[in-house]
Amino acid sequence: MATDTAAPISVRPTPALNVGFVFKRACISALIAFGMFALMIGVRTEAGGTSAQLVYWTRFEELAAIVAAVFVGSIVVELLRHRFRHFEPANLVPRALEGPLATIRRLIAPALLGFTVLIPVIFYDQRYVLDLSILVLTYVMLGWGLNVVVGLAGLLDLGYVAFYAVGAYSYALLATTFDLSFWICLPLAGILAAFWGVLLGFPVLRLRGDYLAIVTLAFGEIIRLILINWQTVTGGPNGITGIPRPTFFGIPFTAADDGFAAVFGIEFSATHRIIFLFYLILALALLTNWVTIRLRRLPIGRAWEALREDEIACRSLGINTTTTKLTAFAVGAMFGGFAGAFFATRQGFISPESFSFLESAFILAIVVLGGMGSQLGVALAAVAMIGGFELFRGLEQYRMLVFGMAMVLMMVWRPRGLVGHRDPTVFLQHKTAISSSLVKEGHG
Amino acid sequence: MNGPSDAILEVTHLSMRFGGIVAVGDLSFSAERGKITALIGPNGAGKTTVFNCITGFYKPTAGMLQLTHADGKTFLLERLFDYRISKLAKVARTFQNIRLFAGMTLLENLLVAQHNMLMRASGMTFLGLIGAPAFTSAERRAIDLARYWLDRMHLLDRADEAAGNLAYGDQRRLEIARAMCSEPALLCLDEPAAGLNARESGALNELLLAIRADHGTSILLIEHDMSVVMEISDHVVVLDHGVKIADGTPEHVRNDPKVVAAYLGVADEATAVAVMEGQR
Amino acid sequence: MEYFAQQLINGVALGSIYGLIAIGYTMVYGIVGMINFAHGDIFMIGGFIALISFLIFVSIGLTAVPVILLLVLLVAMATTALYGWTIERIAYRPLRQSFRLAPMLSAIGMSFVLGNFAQVSQGAQVKPVPPIITGGLTLFESNNFAVQLSNVQIIVVVTTVVLLTIFSFIVARTRLGRDMRACAQDQTMAALLGVDTDRTISMTFVIGAALAAVAGVMYLLYYGVVDFYMGFIAGIKAFTAAVLGGIGSLPGAMLGGLAIGLIETFWSAYFSIEYKDVAAFSILIVVLIFMPTGILGRPEIEKV
Repeated sequence: MATDTAAPISVRPTPALNVGFVFKRACISALIAFGMFALMIGVRTEAGGTSAQLVYWTRFEELAAIVAAVFVGSIVVELLRHRFRHFEPANLVPRALEGPLATIRRLIAPALLGFTVLIPVIFYDQRYVLDLSILVLTYVMLGWGLNVVVGLAGLLDLGYVAFYAVGAYSYALLATTFDLSFWICLPLAGILAAFWGVLLGFPVLRLRGDYLAIVTLAFGEIIRLILINWQTVTGGPNGITGIPRPTFFGIPFTAADDGFAAVFGIEFSATHRIIFLFYLILALALLTNWVTIRLRRLPIGRAWEALREDEIACRSLGINTTTTKLTAFAVGAMFGGFAGAFFATRQGFISPESFSFLESAFILAIVVLGGMGSQLGVALAAVAMIGGFELFRGLEQYRMLVFGMAMVLMMVWRPRGLVGHRDPTVFLQHKTAISSSLVKEGHG
Repeated sequence: MNGPSDAILEVTHLSMRFGGIVAVGDLSFSAERGKITALIGPNGAGKTTVFNCITGFYKPTAGMLQLTHADGKTFLLERLFDYRISKLAKVARTFQNIRLFAGMTLLENLLVAQHNMLMRASGMTFLGLIGAPAFTSAERRAIDLARYWLDRMHLLDRADEAAGNLAYGDQRRLEIARAMCSEPALLCLDEPAAGLNARESGALNELLLAIRADHGTSILLIEHDMSVVMEISDHVVVLDHGVKIADGTPEHVRNDPKVVAAYLGVADEATAVAVMEGQR
Repeated sequence: MEYFAQQLINGVALGSIYGLIAIGYTMVYGIVGMINFAHGDIFMIGGFIALISFLIFVSIGLTAVPVILLLVLLVAMATTALYGWTIERIAYRPLRQSFRLAPMLSAIGMSFVLGNFAQVSQGAQVKPVPPIITGGLTLFESNNFAVQLSNVQIIVVVTTVVLLTIFSFIVARTRLGRDMRACAQDQTMAALLGVDTDRTISMTFVIGAALAAVAGVMYLLYYGVVDFYMGFIAGIKAFTAAVLGGIGSLPGAMLGGLAIGLIETFWSAYFSIEYKDVAAFSILIVVLIFMPTGILGRPEIEKV
């Protein structure tokens, strides 16, 4: 015993790599893969031509390839595991570097913001980059909105896309039927979405954890099904077309005499509108961020976080958990509604297809990958996720396969997300980040 | 002794049933204003259930729980919805298994306890959002109160650490500080000395006496540690199997054969008397 | 009246399928405490495997329908059991000690993987098969409306009942069942008392997946089509059934399945077919609000 405690850990003998064991494992993996894929990949079915008769043909090469890949993959994983068995992410950063790193970390957010503001200047003539940036910012905003509900209040919401949809359809319907301008419709869309948030929040207040998740999921699906089936109002699966494009406070982005270019005496370019949209979503996203940061430092925000930590203790301190939860739902939904209105005006066309469960899962994945509750983390995660999706643009049909696998790997590798600490909202002497292992994730 | 009119809490005929199990049966007692009342009894006697009824986590099956403030305002606790008991009737509590906001700092924990005051000051968030001066000064006062309690608990230098990082004894004290930050008329402590060593529980005695002396807070506590109960309580209520078996001063209760019988688990009072005789 | 009786029969058959899927949800939730989002997609894979193996058996010259049916069932159950085992191993086991959201997101990811896998490997179109089992009984006839009980419906209900009996026996009487019940109560304690919890949890997933495969086969027989998207909606409805019956309770899952099947059928028959899913989801919300523990679930007392 005495020698055990005295010996430094690094002297521990390295277990030799057991070749037989690795080989056996790889064989078993390959066998299982064969069992799983023999029919699904080895045989391809197709409804043949005009008759309802199904035809099938075999694809043994593909099957062999995939089984071989699993065999090799299993060996590689075992070898990697052996090589990095003492590897701990915590040791990755040497102590001496932690000070400078903290400074860098503090500089990331301003640097990122500065760069974002300059994107239209740097990439003025690259339509693709501008469009992609707008998409990223939309998801940053959605992530920040959902972060209020999931990250701060700890309420698991799998139907967030419903509020995005409510915002988009509110704007589309208000703008096409009543001819209201974007700046009137935007707050209305937000308010309507918040109203739906409360409407959903009210009945589900008593639910916890997984039940809450499944009810919000069902709610999201109900909204989508209503959008598909209520043809007279929503246009059904065809959606709503001809949604008014955004104007520069009443000045349209057209080549006409009263258009933006003519009024400001510059040459007409289609890019003006894109740049306007870019700054619009940037402003909306920053508004979301600002409000969230402010709210966190107010009693309501602190109550949200306390609710995530311990609901029973909250009640014993006289906090009305009902209204606290409802405000979280309402605020999150409102931001979703804003984002939805923006989406509608940007696209000019919306249909229920854009508001599937996949979107909810995508936004939730952004929040979780970001590190729940962290504003910067959510922004980084949105960039990473959309960037990842763009990388696989060429493999359109494998997108979901890759996205799903990424989700699984992400959870296995880093369930606490990219930014794994919580910033206190108030301090006496000095601000110290709180490790995420202490922070609860809520039970609601 | 003051008359019964100066009771802060009067429990009359309280019963709580879970299905067929009677956790508390027809319990009546009262807690005096500005005094320390202890609720003791063997495991499973129904003490925490009584607490949960008082603080609104359970709705009693029958009975009345009347709380009277010093200004004569009365509240029927069994009719108030859980969070309103703390908000309106000013009853604060701690928990047997400490329930702190582990991922928040000590200071944040104490600010959450002042939620309702701050909420009003922030004009239901809207004034706070634009940074109204009324809210800023209210927040400063709240931080000062938190600072005062952190200092009292010798936790001031750890104010910015996560509550989950504190040692067990410190967590217990922080929970009491958090309850006190809501400025309660009645403080309910569920086994505050559990898990503390002799020195710590001695310090706890002094703390509770000081809270009573400095703030006039009435205290109702559940405790197993007899050194705490006997030293600081003014009044002891003994429960066994959900029924009150003794009620009086610590001296009186200590010598009650029924109490000894309940604690030793002996068959009847005669044996208990014999045991007590033997001890002397 | 005749119309009503016919809908009742249809509802029970559909409900049996939901019930079989719901058992997988309820078992996994009871033991690991997570919603296995990928379970609906395992049901879908089961449907595909059934379709492919059916084609193969027919093309190699098997003609006896009962033999084909039995073989298809066995192949589908064995293959999806592998899927259930692998998914647990890859996506859930590393996260067992992790925080609660992690396995849920991992499960959602797995659900996407399976759905997309089926789409990529077998194509996105709906795949129809000619009716395998035809005919049926006319129970009674009046007002020009015949109440029919088709052979498929008989097979669906009989298979469900038989499997449920076998399964109840496993849970109630065998060593594995005892281990499963012990793990559901308290995993740590069960492990301390010598229960191999890893193996038990794996077996739970395997059994759940096999039952989902049976549901997939029945679905193929009943509707004659499979597609890669059918797992999602069916999965949510089956989960609704599990919650409705009281999650963690096996008879509850079956009861809930029947209830959802009947509600859906009657809603389609008497109100509108477009909103049948809305009806099912609304039921879920209403049930959770007013009866959070379901019909046969045990009430949960809040510990303070």
